[in-house]
Amino acid sequence: MNITEKILANASRKKTVTPGEIVDANVDVLMTHDLTGPLAVEAFKKIGAGKVWDSKKIVIILDHQIPAESIKAAELHKMMRQFAKEQKICIYDVGRGGVCHQVMPEQGHVIPGAVIVGSDSHTCTYGAFGAFSTGIGSTEAAAVMTTGKIWFKVPSAIRIVVNGKFNKYVTSKDLVLNIIGNLGVDGAIYKSTEFTGHTIREMSIASRMTLCNMAVEMGAKNGIIEPDNLTREYLQERVRTLPDFNALKSDRDAQYEQTVDFDVSKMEPQIACPSSVDNVKPISEVGDVPIDQAFIGSCTNGRLEDLQLAAQIMKGRKVKDGVRALIIPASQKVYKQALTEGLTEIFTDAGAVVCGAACGPCLGGHIGLLAAGETCISTSNRNFIGRMGSTQANVYLASPAVVAASAITGCITNPANLEAKQ
Amino acid sequence: MMIMESKIKAPVIKFGNNIDTDVILPGKYLVIVDPCELGKHALESLDADFVNKAKDGIILVGGKNFGCGSSREQAPLALKYAGVKCVIAETFARIFYRNAINIGLPVIECSGISEAVKTGDEITVDLETGKIQNSANVKVLQGTLLPPFIMKILIDGGLIENLRKKRLEK
Ligand code: SF4
Repeated sequence: MNITEKILANASRKKTVTPGEIVDANVDVLMTHDLTGPLAVEAFKKIGAGKVWDSKKIVIILDHQIPAESIKAAELHKMMRQFAKEQKICIYDVGRGGVCHQVMPEQGHVIPGAVIVGSDSHTCTYGAFGAFSTGIGSTEAAAVMTTGKIWFKVPSAIRIVVNGKFNKYVTSKDLVLNIIGNLGVDGAIYKSTEFTGHTIREMSIASRMTLCNMAVEMGAKNGIIEPDNLTREYLQERVRTLPDFNALKSDRDAQYEQTVDFDVSKMEPQIACPSSVDNVKPISEVGDVPIDQAFIGSCTNGRLEDLQLAAQIMKGRKVKDGVRALIIPASQKVYKQALTEGLTEIFTDAGAVVCGAACGPCLGGHIGLLAAGETCISTSNRNFIGRMGSTQANVYLASPAVVAASAITGCITNPANLEAKQ
Repeated sequence: MMIMESKIKAPVIKFGNNIDTDVILPGKYLVIVDPCELGKHALESLDADFVNKAKDGIILVGGKNFGCGSSREQAPLALKYAGVKCVIAETFARIFYRNAINIGLPVIECSGISEAVKTGDEITVDLETGKIQNSANVKVLQGTLLPPFIMKILIDGGLIENLRKKRLEK
């Protein structure tokens, strides 16, 4: 079996499972947030169970519209707080957490081998730690709150083998955009995507999270990476007991529907052009695209290493006149680290605005929205029509390095060419 | 309580591939709680007049990867309350697919559907047999059948009713 099959077999009390089989899995953790949580709470009340199945296994994170951007949002936040209090559920409120997918592992809610579901499509991020994690809807989250179980069709798997050493300023974001560009936005529909190979083993936890985060952008049920020493290092202070990682390795004879190989050694920065995540081009083919806004943040690229990379590029430089640069750390912890390391000062001096940890403009629900005809280059994960505001705005997706360089020059720029372009 | 009828007959409105949940229902409407209100904004970024066209009941036909993107259940809810009785697509994004069933909106995968029907055709869908017939011709298409326990969720009118029933039976 591969790692995903092993986790699903274990969670459904079976010796083995095969792709296509439907299993009834025990859930280890359920995450919900301020946008999809209220519907889940309403549905839970309608089901009429009274108490949740296990209050210790549920996490509520307010992140999408914090601090409340409207009275409506404020009412929903209030409802979530009340529900958390009544049911004794852990809640990360404004100023205590940040973007859900960053907070979950950071605060020790992610354990390798666990089944984690969340009412958010990027719940697949936790595969970076060798967990089986996937997004579900609100009603289904209410069902999990009630029963602690969920059905899954065991997915067939695509093995994505990555080798080679990244060039300077080329990151896991470029890799995942390249993969999505190759496989397509429905290239892994219903499937598991397992990332492996030398490049993955060498990759930081933050970079692995970026990779698994975007598995859903090719339709995947989950993205997963076998846990290793780096995983252990990251989790040991956060999680009380870690499982045996040897039980979480894909067998040598594990079955995959497909194996695809990628080599990053010649890869240049990649850009997903409007309005599809698989409309990916190497930056040299994108041409001169002027921008109005540059956004660095989100559950894809709002971690410390992302901000460090952006700061390295923006240090001593100025954001181009007429461009708004928004930096949004993915969590309160990252925010604090950015302060301590002096990154916030670099950004502020450059003329960027640093906002509190939240989803920000990523989903077009809160701050930093775009007007008709405007263009944003963003480190987030979706460039759908209307995703970041006006349906007539354009969103390009790229790495923090490219977004930082573009903020400086005012048009989409390869950081390697920054000196020449300035 | 809503009980699903197994045969649905209605005119078609057809869209292309990769219709994502941000165009089905943009993020700015996610603070809306009332499903009827959500329904007023369904698919407005693709077709400002969609809601008007759908209000008397339609069958929505999509291409590949229908409902990709965000996990927002408000997307299928908006469609349902806009008047969509059933969605048929070549393939669905998995979260949308589950969400639709969970809120009692029938979804059927049917390979070849986008070729076989066009906007304005009247078609009949039999949820129990998975058969899809276009009134304009004799050709019958076979959609993928749902496993019985999922069919049960749909027939009960969604997951909430399904679980309520189970609790009462206990
Ligand atoms: S940062 Fe964007 S993609 Fe991530 S959880 Fe928030 S809205 Fe969703």
